[in-house]
Amino acid sequence: MTTTTPPTTTAGPASVVGALGRRLGTGAPVYVLLAVLLAALAITDPGFYEPDSFLAFIKRAAPLVILAAGQYMVIVSGGFDLSVGAVVTAGVVAGAEFYGSYPDAPWLLVTAGLLLAGAIVGLVNGLITTVLLVPSFITTLGMMLILEGAVFYWTGGSPQGVLPESFRNFGRGEAGGWLPWAVLAVLAVGALAWWLMRADFGRTLLATGDNERAAALAGVRVPRVRTLAFVLSGTAAALAAVLVAGFSGVSAQAGRGLEFEAITAVVLGGVILGGGRGSVVAAMAGAFSLQALFTLLNLQGVSGALESTVQGFIVIAAVGLGATGLPGLSRLRRRRSQPSEGKSSS
Amino acid sequence: MSRTRRTTRPGARSRRLAAPAAALLAAALLASCSSDAPKDDLADDPAASEQAQDGDEQSEFFDQADYDRQLELTKATPEGPEGKPWEQMLDPASGGMVDTSEYAMKGGVEGAKLCFSNAGVFNPWRQVGLKTMKAEVAQHDEIADFTVLDAQGKDDKQISDIQELSGQDCDALIVSPNTTATLTPAVEEACGKIPVIVFDRGVETDCAVTFISPIGGYAYGAAAADFLVDEVDKGGKIVALRISPGVDVLETRWSAAEIAFEKAGLDVVEVKFTDGDPSKAKSIVSDAIARHGQIDGVWMDSGATSVAAVEAFEDAGEDIPPITGEDQQDFLQAWKDKDLTAIAPAYPTFQWRTPVIAALKILAGEEVPKEWTLPQPVVTEDNFDDYYKEGMPPLHYGACGCEDLPGYPGDWGGE
Amino acid sequence: MTAVRTEAPVSAAPRRLPGAGRLKVTDPVVGVWLAAAAVTLIGWIVVTIDGGQFMTQSNFTGILQNSVALGLVAVGQSAVILTGSLDLSVAYLISLGTLVAAETMEGGSVVTAVLAVLALSAAVGLANGLIVTGLKVNAFIATLGMAFILRGYIEDNYTGPAGDVPASFQRLGYDRVGFIPVSVFLLIAVAAVLWLITKRTRLGHHMYATGGDEHAARLSGVRTRRTVIYAHVLCALCVGAAALFLASRLGAGAPWAGTEARYDLDSIAAVVLGGTALAGGRGGVAGTLGGVLLLSVLDSIFNQLSVDPFFKNVVRGVVIIAAVALYARPFRRRAKERDEARAKEKGAVA
Repeated sequence: MTTTTPPTTTAGPASVVGALGRRLGTGAPVYVLLAVLLAALAITDPGFYEPDSFLAFIKRAAPLVILAAGQYMVIVSGGFDLSVGAVVTAGVVAGAEFYGSYPDAPWLLVTAGLLLAGAIVGLVNGLITTVLLVPSFITTLGMMLILEGAVFYWTGGSPQGVLPESFRNFGRGEAGGWLPWAVLAVLAVGALAWWLMRADFGRTLLATGDNERAAALAGVRVPRVRTLAFVLSGTAAALAAVLVAGFSGVSAQAGRGLEFEAITAVVLGGVILGGGRGSVVAAMAGAFSLQALFTLLNLQGVSGALESTVQGFIVIAAVGLGATGLPGLSRLRRRRSQPSEGKSSS
Repeated sequence: MSRTRRTTRPGARSRRLAAPAAALLAAALLASCSSDAPKDDLADDPAASEQAQDGDEQSEFFDQADYDRQLELTKATPEGPEGKPWEQMLDPASGGMVDTSEYAMKGGVEGAKLCFSNAGVFNPWRQVGLKTMKAEVAQHDEIADFTVLDAQGKDDKQISDIQELSGQDCDALIVSPNTTATLTPAVEEACGKIPVIVFDRGVETDCAVTFISPIGGYAYGAAAADFLVDEVDKGGKIVALRISPGVDVLETRWSAAEIAFEKAGLDVVEVKFTDGDPSKAKSIVSDAIARHGQIDGVWMDSGATSVAAVEAFEDAGEDIPPITGEDQQDFLQAWKDKDLTAIAPAYPTFQWRTPVIAALKILAGEEVPKEWTLPQPVVTEDNFDDYYKEGMPPLHYGACGCEDLPGYPGDWGGE
Repeated sequence: MTAVRTEAPVSAAPRRLPGAGRLKVTDPVVGVWLAAAAVTLIGWIVVTIDGGQFMTQSNFTGILQNSVALGLVAVGQSAVILTGSLDLSVAYLISLGTLVAAETMEGGSVVTAVLAVLALSAAVGLANGLIVTGLKVNAFIATLGMAFILRGYIEDNYTGPAGDVPASFQRLGYDRVGFIPVSVFLLIAVAAVLWLITKRTRLGHHMYATGGDEHAARLSGVRTRRTVIYAHVLCALCVGAAALFLASRLGAGAPWAGTEARYDLDSIAAVVLGGTALAGGRGGVAGTLGGVLLLSVLDSIFNQLSVDPFFKNVVRGVVIIAAVALYARPFRRRAKERDEARAKEKGAVA
């Protein structure tokens, strides 16, 4: 898997080396972490790499990975999206409520409707942040309260409909009887995000997050780019809602805490909060790492109650190591950075 | 000013000093604070040491007397009108009846003002309950006013709410405490002013006129566990799913089940917390299936995630083993559709009707039991149709006892 | 380390000198207190129309009482946010604090308990600060990780409410002087100390400088790391005070005392409502208290009108966004002027 950080706005001979170092610096630790976790999983559970189990693992990780891809867009442009968990909850509940009124609605239409609604939430987040200049942390915190309140106010506390199998199949079923749709969704989102970040949009997004004013002076339409990032994040959250609803059905707390998990995943991926640096693939790898960690803790039979403690330590340690870098590791990295240029993108 | 108040503001006292000395202080005091509770001098005072044990209870959360009493009550025949479990009471004599003539309203209960301090509506169970309670109020014309304050899960706010309500001109105060221990002082204060009715979770004071609750967590956990003991052969593998640690009312359910499994020689291979999140529950069960090959039974401390567990077996292509749930509609639906071998102990939402009835009794001067223990139904194959109601929403609770109330089923989201 | 220094136009704006006490209506601090007054007035009118009584003594007592816990946390949160950091571990620290307080009081003296809670808080704050500055973990992640660590510890060690607070200490939570709860004095005292630290000491100046522009602050000789650590310790001590207050009020420790009330996000909301910039460097304790009071008055009005609790959240969300949008108005004007100037420049070049 390649790291995809495109070079930032400044160009020059020095920045090539700098960008490469940065690329490895921000991306590499998460792959090491992921490899270690996957290896640990293999030792704990020899059956983990049976195609079925492994696909099931990816399927389970899918909502978080997609959320992380969306969250990455916002974070790398210099913001936060705290509303994604509420979008997931609201999406699941609204879907069920909608099916309560129209039990025979085609699933594709409902899914599309939810994605559109997610995009609109993102658009509102983006406009409040860029036009009214409200910090995105506050915008999306307010949006979280509004969405959670509104959806339960609307449904009188709990949704009234049942999600039909046709709608749930996307998050629960398999294409051709073996390949979960959710895995396809992850691949599609990953490819799209990777392509977006290589396209002009990605460059301007990174430039915006790196230095908003410089980007504006260089002709980037900053408000538009940042708003688009929120729209993407909102849409991704709605897609995650469809997958969660499919995977586990109606729940009034489907998205609880997902915003923090998504942000943690992105940061694990070496993306800097505040923007400008990091790769979307690494962010998605961060989400996989987090899910692998959950699975490992579950399989290891760590006392249920202590799970959070272990998780807290590992996240801090992983991010801390990524930020400060083990002295030895960074020396290694420096020495290898030149000859391994070709290798690193293979 | 700062000097005169120095003694009264513990938080601010060491502020300026604390920062540089923080590390030292922390190390020194952390070491000492952990050893404070079970010191020898406490042992001389039986009351104190007993209390300290209460506080320190960890996995040993168990009270034999309560356990025995609850199991006994499940076999008792309730007193009260047939078919109206919310008006029935189990063994009312044990706590004694309370003479309420001192609370009787002059000139009858006409125009009564009832007040309710609710812990919150943060889960579907409480939402169904509150709807049921409001409908119960609606069918009593003699209630002129019904004020509900919602604490949104904050103990601190609920204390203020209780204080506020007892300062208003309420004729009776109903309290559904958010936390057992922490609301005791507030309830005691309110007791001095107006008749107080506590239900669902208790408080650590008997100043309330009556405390209304179903039998309790031990009975719930035991009912589910006994079913598995009957259905699963000795040595069978059991997965236990719990909502979250640290909730006293759920700990009792698990401790009763643990005893039953141990006695019957069932092998509990996993005990996991789901946070009430169905996707987490589904993942846990899927992992358990992958890991242990075959699972012979699933025990749950509440129903929110049982459907997810059922689906985990389906998705893995396994037969669904005997499973326990709750009287939540989605589980009952799955039970019916998939012909499960299942049982669903209920922590009935009909108990939300009883406080209103009790309040009117008290204000009319009729006697009520000190401890009003309601029956705690268990949904089984035999009585399934009494609790499964076609057309109700997935997060509805079957044992709501709300079918005869005005506005049913529409107000509960049914059709 | 700076958690949310992301919105460049806001953070790059010129900073007002701390301690310069000019009163202007456009100043967020003045604005939020005016808003609280206005909301009180509107609430009074609406509740009266609804047939209730708003301007009662018990209602005022309730509003003040309900401000204390959030106020203490938010005042502490102000200190870290001013410094450009953030603390998401406050909710679990409160829970653990109430438990430690109540258990220590059950077996020992009140003084020991107070010291134990403050020591615990200081230790957690110190750890937060060290992780943020030493390990260079972003404050958002560092304190979120700390929250998880505390959560696991609480869940592993407690199965419900624990400990017992003696009646003498419960007076902090229940006594009143006239209609003012005693605990309000605790809040005022803590806030006053923090106000003095932030506005009148060198540490305070360093906090503003670090929050405003860490790099510049470091270049001008401020020990920014140390400042951030102090800010975290100060915050945690305030949280400890909140835990002690809650323990006195609850009479016991409760594992969910801090989390179910969402003190983490609510305190940040109150701080921002009070006009403190999330990016750091601007704002202060006085505004935060106004923000807390505003939220508390809103809650009281909702209570009086028996508003659906879900609808409350909607209103709160709108209020928070709207308030910060109002504070951002001067920056919007400036941004607009800049755009226009640039357009003119372009026109001239063309």
